[in-house]
Amino acid sequence: MSSVHLENININFGSIKALSNLNLEIKDGEFFVLLGPTGAGKTTTLRIISGLDKPDSGKIYFDNEEMNEIQPAFRDTSYVFQQYSLYPHYSVYDNLAFPLRSPLRKSDKKTIDDRVLQIARLLKIENKLNNKATQLSGGEMQRVSLGRALVREPNIYLMDEPLSSLDAKLKEELRVELKKIQSDLNATILYVTHDQIEATTMADRIGVLKEGVLTQVGTPQEIYEEPNSIYVANRLGSPKINILENKQIHNSQNSSASYVGIRPEDIKIDQNGSYNVKIETTELLGAETLVSFKSDTINGILLTQENINVGEGDKIKIDINKSKILYFDNNEQRIV
Amino acid sequence: MSEIKIERIKKTFDDFVAVEESDLTINNGEFFVLLGPSGCGKTTTLRMIAGLELPTSGKILLDNEDVTFLRASQRDIAFVFQLFALYPHMNVRNNLAFPLKMQKFSKDEINIRINEVVNLLRIDHLLNSKVSGLAGGDRQRVALGRAIVRRPKAFLMDEPLGTLDAEFREIMCLELRKLHNNINATTVYVTHDQLEAMSMGDRIAVMNEGKILQHGKPKDIYTKPKTKFVGSFIGSPAMNFIPVNHAIQKNQNIIKIDNEEYTVPKFFQNSFSKNNVLGVRPEKMFLSDVKGIPGEVYGSEYLGTRKILTIQSQFGTYKIRVSNDVNITIGTNVKISFDSKSAIIFDSQTDEALQSEFIN
Repeated sequence: MSSVHLENININFGSIKALSNLNLEIKDGEFFVLLGPTGAGKTTTLRIISGLDKPDSGKIYFDNEEMNEIQPAFRDTSYVFQQYSLYPHYSVYDNLAFPLRSPLRKSDKKTIDDRVLQIARLLKIENKLNNKATQLSGGEMQRVSLGRALVREPNIYLMDEPLSSLDAKLKEELRVELKKIQSDLNATILYVTHDQIEATTMADRIGVLKEGVLTQVGTPQEIYEEPNSIYVANRLGSPKINILENKQIHNSQNSSASYVGIRPEDIKIDQNGSYNVKIETTELLGAETLVSFKSDTINGILLTQENINVGEGDKIKIDINKSKILYFDNNEQRIV
Repeated sequence: MSEIKIERIKKTFDDFVAVEESDLTINNGEFFVLLGPSGCGKTTTLRMIAGLELPTSGKILLDNEDVTFLRASQRDIAFVFQLFALYPHMNVRNNLAFPLKMQKFSKDEINIRINEVVNLLRIDHLLNSKVSGLAGGDRQRVALGRAIVRRPKAFLMDEPLGTLDAEFREIMCLELRKLHNNINATTVYVTHDQLEAMSMGDRIAVMNEGKILQHGKPKDIYTKPKTKFVGSFIGSPAMNFIPVNHAIQKNQNIIKIDNEEYTVPKFFQNSFSKNNVLGVRPEKMFLSDVKGIPGEVYGSEYLGTRKILTIQSQFGTYKIRVSNDVNITIGTNVKISFDSKSAIIFDSQTDEALQSEFIN
């Protein structure tokens, strides 16, 4: 597999700037996730790497080799779409073998057989190999469609929201599987999604895209703990980070800040806390309880793992973990 | 507002029993959730309360008045199907006024009620805006407003948030619950989403195959599920199940897994079979250096404040919830143990939890 490098990529569709000065380095063997809402430029990035779209300017490199003028078929990338598109009249085996039988690749029978079995085993569909593609459940179809990409060893796997049409349970299961397979095969994957959970659970590194601009790149932990803007802080974390005005908090450590961001888990119910608030709602999330609170000066949510014996309407005191407060300036950019 | 009482209600469609004989009391002002997988009878139950479906037998009382055979329109109940269906060509005021105009309220009364609702929902500045131009959150508030402007005796909601993405759903759960606290209307809410149920419900009834399996406060249902189904349906990641391959006697307080003994709350009854199952929540499991079930780390998922580890063992795959500073690579061999004070044993024959000092 290869590393992929994008340098100053720009592309416009009519008057819309789909990508602006995109610089991106995906390392060999890395699981890289581009996270952003619809229209952020995620799919366009995949299409530019695969060669389906041409950038207006900028360079694409695979392992230092420039790809701009190389046709899609010769870039050797492998694409997984959101909607699985299998050959319905083929068996699972033939669907998986199909890319290897391409005249471009000329693999022999034994090689094909070995690889198909290996991937089928990894995806736990080895007992379905003789089924027609139409005789599968939705989850199995998506496994086959992932498998059809994985049988090849291209320069990079490009995955466009492959789990988004699955139900929650299957998603949870396939997330773990896909990450395991990627680390077993040491595969280079560029995976795009709008789902922050998919991003933090699978990625080695995440890139946050906003309106065609890459706003931050880092490990899930870096992005979660050290977001460089309010936008990024809002993208990760469920329940969402509290964004307050700097003047709403007591003894702010940064007088030039306009806003502060506080993760719900960094606010505690504390008898000696310096904020008097009233509980608006409490929501049990399983292992944790979410409490929304309010006073004349401050409102927000906190997350606690402890057993709480207070309820809606109760007056409590809370305290904020000062060392975890994130400060932001007037332009919603982080002040470090 | 009002109390809803269901007495020995039953519904069959030909040979198919949609709802087995059930009793429920939904208290005045309560936010009550009917939770279960599709086909469990939750929507049928709701439709019987609404009067959209007649029960085969049994009674429905609304504030002690027998409404079993009253038409839906005579019950003064608001049924919210989809919170988000608004009339796109009308402005906010007209969307809100619509249900009142249909009921032929006077102009003054309509204005009074609309003002009350927009203040409550903090959308008074939007009264003259077209709904098609509104941001998502505001649209939802208008939709909610349209349901409450009628001031019905009770609200019945059937998966109103079903079509929303996760982020929005989170916001709307909070919004709905806040609204409920303000107006305190008796609400019956149907969903298949356990998180919605837990986060909003004062009480939850878990249904499966036409039966109400358990009802109670979210916390009690979460920590003390009375059947294996309830244990596995509630909670994400799901409850872990570990085989306990021996019979259990009354007064026993030791169980054996993989030749290791664990002290658990004393049992009050014998098990029916020799094959029982221990149910443990992911946050009640931990990695242990001392004793535990041997396994291999298969996945490690970062989720902000926490991490979920997937461990494969001879008994199956388990999920453990750990704090986010636990760094452990895939492939590492570990031992997993559990908080035995909150251990629940399900009898494999009945799928019911054995009564013990912890759960009874």
